[in-house]
Amino acid sequence: MTEKPEDNRISRHEAAALFKDADLLGLGMWADIIRKALHPEEICTFVVDRNINYTNVCINKCTFCAFWRDAEDSDAYLLDRDTIFRKIEETIALGGTQILIQGGLHPSLDIFYYIDLLRAIKERFDINIHGFSPPEVCYIADTSDLTIRETLSILKIAGLDSIPGGGAEILSDRVRDILSPRKIKSSRWLEVMEAAHGLDMRTTATMMFGSIETPDDIITHLDAIRQLQDRTGGFTAFIPWTFQPGNTELKERGERQKAKAKRAKTFKVQNAATAVEYLRVLALSRIYLDNIKNIQASWVTQGLKMAQVALRFGANDFGSTMIEENVVASTGVSYCVTKEDIISAIRAAGFIPAQRDTHYNLLRFF
Amino acid sequence: MLTSIRKKVLAGKRISEEDALHLFESDDIFTLGALASHVARKKNGPHAFFIRNRHINPTNICINRCKFCAFSRSKGQQGAFELTIEDMINKLGEGQKAKGKGPGNGRSSRSPRLITPGFSEVHIVGGLHPDWPLEHYLEMISTIKKKFPKLHIKAFTAVEIDYFSKISGRSVEDTLRDLKKSGLGSMPGGGAEIFGEGIRNQLCPEKISGDRWLEVMETAHRVGIRTNATMLYGHVEDISDRVDHLSRLRSLQDRTKGFQAFIPLAYHPKNTEIAGGYTSGIDDLKTIAVGRIFLDNFDHIKAYWIMLGEKISQLALLFGADDIDGTIIEEKITHSAGALTGEKLVAEQLVDLIRKAGKAAVERDSFYKTIRTYR
Repeated sequence: MTEKPEDNRISRHEAAALFKDADLLGLGMWADIIRKALHPEEICTFVVDRNINYTNVCINKCTFCAFWRDAEDSDAYLLDRDTIFRKIEETIALGGTQILIQGGLHPSLDIFYYIDLLRAIKERFDINIHGFSPPEVCYIADTSDLTIRETLSILKIAGLDSIPGGGAEILSDRVRDILSPRKIKSSRWLEVMEAAHGLDMRTTATMMFGSIETPDDIITHLDAIRQLQDRTGGFTAFIPWTFQPGNTELKERGERQKAKAKRAKTFKVQNAATAVEYLRVLALSRIYLDNIKNIQASWVTQGLKMAQVALRFGANDFGSTMIEENVVASTGVSYCVTKEDIISAIRAAGFIPAQRDTHYNLLRFF
Repeated sequence: MLTSIRKKVLAGKRISEEDALHLFESDDIFTLGALASHVARKKNGPHAFFIRNRHINPTNICINRCKFCAFSRSKGQQGAFELTIEDMINKLGEGQKAKGKGPGNGRSSRSPRLITPGFSEVHIVGGLHPDWPLEHYLEMISTIKKKFPKLHIKAFTAVEIDYFSKISGRSVEDTLRDLKKSGLGSMPGGGAEIFGEGIRNQLCPEKISGDRWLEVMETAHRVGIRTNATMLYGHVEDISDRVDHLSRLRSLQDRTKGFQAFIPLAYHPKNTEIAGGYTSGIDDLKTIAVGRIFLDNFDHIKAYWIMLGEKISQLALLFGADDIDGTIIEEKITHSAGALTGEKLVAEQLVDLIRKAGKAAVERDSFYKTIRTYR
């Protein structure tokens, strides 16, 4: 990539045409060429980490989510310190370098809970804390009457290292109003990320597709990410993954509508995205996001075989080994995968497996 | 190298074994997919097929005990099972419940009521049972046929046919004729594994040889029974073993034209005696594509979703496959070895997968005649 990215950049309009008309194999080949140019070593990386979901209590109650509970629900929880510490110990014992701490928007937690938790972890462990997606950051800011930047600065001083790209879903308020009306709007998600990048905190960006969005919404999303990245350069990776309908309100709504055989004009649930749709979006992401170096394959939603194929459709990273994962699992989708499985899957796909840290520094080859 | 192969394929010429090796070695999955798609389009237009079918395994008791198999048991061993013919009839009768016809579920009914189940084909394969005589199988087929006259019975791999012939003292040809007379409609392609002797001896020393498998199939084709052909890959074979296997299938097909579909089967490692992992999704797609390009005399290439997963099976439609099998309803063999899929798909799901791959979905019968086109 000797030329400036803008020179080869495809426009929104071109992306829309590709989305609609391009042959998937041609799109894949193009994405594969770009991936090879960015990562000529044929290495596929992964991070050893664990998702720690400190609470499932959430006031947002998004329709596509099967994880949230009300505080009064019998299976609502808030993890105590010792449980969190034990999970971190186990992660380190397994060679982990990062924990992903995310949870619901719990109405009785304030910023002191987070400060104390971050400090307590950092006092005890040498581990990267990748935590609190933009909806959580905004909720902490709002309940503490702080700005986003103030909130992030405080959390950073307390020990927060980087921020996961969750909660982006589709960065189109048309879609958000239907799927997750209580969740922060697109502009706030972007604002949190921009503020984080401004404080030298690196973040990822995600996209959850395959629910009710149109191709145009997807391109709007990609474009918002690309524009912000032009300004900050703070995104380490882009992670597209597909809506998993099991146990969600969105699926129920869709089925109710099907049962009534009603032609819904404002709301239509598709069947879950299939393999060809996943690869199309993945390849298009690789082509469109010329300023983001890494694209993750989502074995958590696609399975290992598809993740292997994804490595030829634009992806160069297998994401996390996910010693623990709860959110996707609550939809009933759960691929039982160990670190060894991930290493051999990468190798079988023709790539060199390497463990990385949060910032994509290579730590160890296998 | 790919360029010269590409020229051959686009000119409709047959590729050599050496070409097939090059295709397997190639890293360019996109060109492979495009070439295979070209061949598939010439043979089947924009269509991709599925079938409403049901699998039944009469028994898992098997005298062979192949090392790659997690399904088989010895007689008396824990987990061994055998279905009576009545059990099988009852299982087939379960299909009527979905149609909502009448109260009974077939279990209590003793009258030879004609039932139309929600599927057009039953696929029957099982272990080599030490005690059941040929007559048992003839009765099995004729009873099912009597009870469900419209149901197509696709049953018994070449390995089972060879065994029936041995235990009955009848020739393979007479055995097949008897089965056909009882109502056997066609045969599946299982038991082929890898034909090469060295590999076969490591995998399944008790099983009939590759040559014998081909001989049984040739006989079946001669007596008018169409069959499929499979290849179990991803265990201890290398790509030259795969090409040799494909080549032997192609030669036989040149003589008989009796094979309907080629079905590559991805090896599943769990609970078996052969070490190793799952095949890679990339290898699965390549194997489909090379199969499509090399087997120019086969009409159909099937991506068997039970083994590949529905995601890779759907993608296989862009790599030369034109068939993703069917509803299946109950699957035991691959699931014994750690299948990552469910056991059934409803027709609507199959249609959705096919359509989203950009193909026209066709529900087929057992001979690839159109039952219904989905627009």
